[in-house]
Amino acid sequence: MTAIDLPTPKLGGLDLVPTTDETQKAKDFTSDQEVRWCPGCGDYAVLASVRSFLPELGLKRENIVFVSGIGCSSRFPYYLDTYGMHSIHGRAPAIATGLAVSRPDLSVWVVTGDGDALSIGGNHLIHALRRNMNITILLFNNRIYGLTKGQYSPTSEVGKVTKSTPMGSVDAPFNPVSLALGAEATFVGRALDSDRKGLTEVLRQAAAHRGASLVEIFQDCPIFNDGSFDVLRKGDDVAQRLIPLVDGEPIRFGNDGEYGVVRAESGGLKVVPVAEVGEDALVVHRAGEQDPTQAFALSRLSDQDLTHTVTGIFRKVDRPTYDDGARAQVTAATEQAQQRGDNLQALLTGRDTWAVMPTPEQEA
Amino acid sequence: MSTDTEVGADLPDRLVAHGEIRQTEVRQTHRVVIRFAGDSGDGMQLTGDRFTSEAAAFGNDLATLPNFPAEIRAPAGTLPGVSSFQLHFADYDILTPGDRPDVLVAMNPAALKANLKDLPHGQVLIVNTDEFTKRNLAKVGYDSNPLEDDSLAPYQVHQVAMATITRTALEPTGMSKKDAERAKNMFALGLLSWMYHRGTEGTEQFLREKFAKKPDLAEANILAFRTGWNYGETTESFAVTYEVAPAALPTGTYRQITGNLALAYGVVAAGQLAKLPVFLGTYPITPASDVLHELSKHKGMGVTTFQAEDEIAGIGAALGASFGGALGVTSTSGPGVALKSETIGLAVALELPLLILDVQRGGPSTGLPTKTEQADLLQAMYGRNGEAPVPIIAPASPSECFAAAIEAAHIAIKYRTPVFLLSDGAIANGSEPWNVPDVADLPDISTTFATEANAPDGSGEFWPYLRDDDTLARPWAVPGTAGLEHRIGGLEKADGRGSISYDGDNHDRMVRLRQAKIDGITVDDVTVDDPSGEAEVLVLGWGSTFGPIGAACRRVRAAGMNVAQAHVRSMNPLPGNLGDVLRGYRRVVVPEMNLGQFAMMLRAKYLVDVRSYTKVAGLPFQAEELAGVLTDAVKGDLPA
Repeated sequence: MTAIDLPTPKLGGLDLVPTTDETQKAKDFTSDQEVRWCPGCGDYAVLASVRSFLPELGLKRENIVFVSGIGCSSRFPYYLDTYGMHSIHGRAPAIATGLAVSRPDLSVWVVTGDGDALSIGGNHLIHALRRNMNITILLFNNRIYGLTKGQYSPTSEVGKVTKSTPMGSVDAPFNPVSLALGAEATFVGRALDSDRKGLTEVLRQAAAHRGASLVEIFQDCPIFNDGSFDVLRKGDDVAQRLIPLVDGEPIRFGNDGEYGVVRAESGGLKVVPVAEVGEDALVVHRAGEQDPTQAFALSRLSDQDLTHTVTGIFRKVDRPTYDDGARAQVTAATEQAQQRGDNLQALLTGRDTWAVMPTPEQEA
Repeated sequence: MSTDTEVGADLPDRLVAHGEIRQTEVRQTHRVVIRFAGDSGDGMQLTGDRFTSEAAAFGNDLATLPNFPAEIRAPAGTLPGVSSFQLHFADYDILTPGDRPDVLVAMNPAALKANLKDLPHGQVLIVNTDEFTKRNLAKVGYDSNPLEDDSLAPYQVHQVAMATITRTALEPTGMSKKDAERAKNMFALGLLSWMYHRGTEGTEQFLREKFAKKPDLAEANILAFRTGWNYGETTESFAVTYEVAPAALPTGTYRQITGNLALAYGVVAAGQLAKLPVFLGTYPITPASDVLHELSKHKGMGVTTFQAEDEIAGIGAALGASFGGALGVTSTSGPGVALKSETIGLAVALELPLLILDVQRGGPSTGLPTKTEQADLLQAMYGRNGEAPVPIIAPASPSECFAAAIEAAHIAIKYRTPVFLLSDGAIANGSEPWNVPDVADLPDISTTFATEANAPDGSGEFWPYLRDDDTLARPWAVPGTAGLEHRIGGLEKADGRGSISYDGDNHDRMVRLRQAKIDGITVDDVTVDDPSGEAEVLVLGWGSTFGPIGAACRRVRAAGMNVAQAHVRSMNPLPGNLGDVLRGYRRVVVPEMNLGQFAMMLRAKYLVDVRSYTKVAGLPFQAEELAGVLTDAVKGDLPA
């Protein structure tokens, strides 16, 4: 067997998935299962966005698969009339990996939460990103364990008082975007559950990306972490907190664009009033930049206290995907085997054999 | 070891070509057990493998037992670093790698010390004297040099300065002393090949291929090999050589095969016979990694291999591939099974085909990675939460792994269930001749995917948990099939329709249906071997104990006693006639390389007072030992 060069993606994320000319609507993607999330749960908004977004892809419904782990958000596949698997805690990226490698004609989605993806399933998440599997991962981050009734999660802020941390949590949280970039993710985006337009745009680009796409969705748990993202939804200073990224544009925000992002002495980025530095000093967002340094710095403009929350697409770069590479090896090996005329009998027989012949009595 | 004696047999041409021919006594013998023992870095496994190939090519029946430490290179010259390879070859069908060697090759004092206790008095001991330095002797606690005191007097000792002779012979190649001495294992192989009248061409060709990119190294090794051969021929210290005629095995084309290779070939074949792509999702673990290595070579035969980030991801990816319509396979050993348990439970709930190849090793925990043990029977049976029955297939020998893999895949596909295949370290690394099957004779294990809505209410819906009346299997509807979109998962599903159901009565029904599906798998009856027809004692085994139990039965019968032997290959469900068979004997003995796992299952299921005989020493049973146990049982002396 000879080594073959890995193909660099020339394809889009869904280019091998069969399409349909039939008009699809959100209700075509709605299963007959009763949705059982709590009233006010952010999952409803995400479900509605996904249901209304999927028809836009124009894919055959039977070629879409949602795989989830365990947790409130992981009930998601039951509510979509596509193929789906509600698997076990943390393992959805691993299961999706096997499915995506063996079926290039499927659009494979993973639905997971902060506990599922970043705690019990952290290992699978980072390796799916590192391998650049052609899957789209929706990480619902509500910073709490909901289904187990309210323990702190790996994205909960330090000092979080929960049932399992009555004196406040003492461990530092993950920053999911930073983590994904550190794990060599080729597509990282973030959106707020209630921002249908922003979420849909991120989903659109994530689906079109060939490789692993991680989309962090900030999402409310009204029962155990109510209002955790309210500062990004209402109040006078929302515009000073939210920093929407626009590819190719200088990064500025605020009610009148009065704030901007510039390079900091530390080597990272910082927020300043544009008036102090002038527009030319602002950094320009380039999602396609191979060097992830700036994307990483953007994910760390503030602590996870939501003082500055960047949304949109942090990074979107091309890199060979594991599944395309694995299939290319199988294809190349199959062609070589056919040229050589390999077959099962020859394999089993091998090269070093001996024959035991019938004795004369047996033959007689 | 000798039977007939013949002087002046025909010698291979090569010897004549090398000059002076001595008249050496040639003895005919039926069977020989050779053990090569040396340091982990001495290449004993390679040496043993090569001699095995020579024996196989000659047409002998054979069985091998590699035995090596878990460390890749333990400190040189120490007891923990000793690696050995035992080969039993014969002119008739043999069942085990042999209890004790007839010939022990000891490459250093540690190898001598670790293995001498197994060498019966009067047998042949070939020692590489170069390593018997004060320092090396001290390392393993020899106060005096056993080559100089009389401690080896009970053996036929041949002292050979293998390293020195090899180094001298290789001087013209210009190799460094150290590199030249490394070829001393080929010297030993050459010497043994001469002693047993083995051809040299096979090994020379093997070396040329192995070192194809380093022809100098190939020629150096060949030179060392020939030097060993000529040493036997030209020195007078070896007065006798031995011939073991080819074995009269059933007619056919044979090759030598290890359990792990047969397992890998079985998986390749299963994919072809099922007309499904194979997806192996796995994580390296001793002693199962060779299955991954082998399957990764066969991408051209429809096999995709995925080395995952951990055991859980390995089986998860395999299950994902099965959902997509591939034959999902994972390979592992005991500690890996522990990690995969939750996913196996998921596969039970999803009712998707999945093949779990468990090459057992000593436990608990990391245990004895390179040593054999029937460690995981109860883990495979019961190691999951809830009622999660999984079929279990256990091959009895290396070559049986091939058919066992096909059978396990067949059950997985036909009944939509995960299936365990329990091999073990002895089967995995041991080798024997394999009567290569004709592919045309292999079974068709293909299935059909669901393509149509199936709801009995005529609603045009697809019900993923509507079962086949006969097998109780549910339909396998793969993504991409229009109209059959459905959701499966670990939450309990409603019988038939497959939506989430928390209803207690439905759960009770589903638990019993899953159990009934596995209980209803078609399994061949167990056959009993009792030449006398009058035995009152039955010895019942499973897995790799087949060989030693069979050899023990031969001994007991040769001593004029009756004993019946039966061997179980389907551990779950058990053969339908097993209960009647067990009840038909006054005494049932169950030898196992664990503390009685199968015996416990038998007692629980059949209420039969079976007697468990157990050992967990990391090595297979010896025939002699089991013969003693069976003799006691026949005489009624078996302790409770």
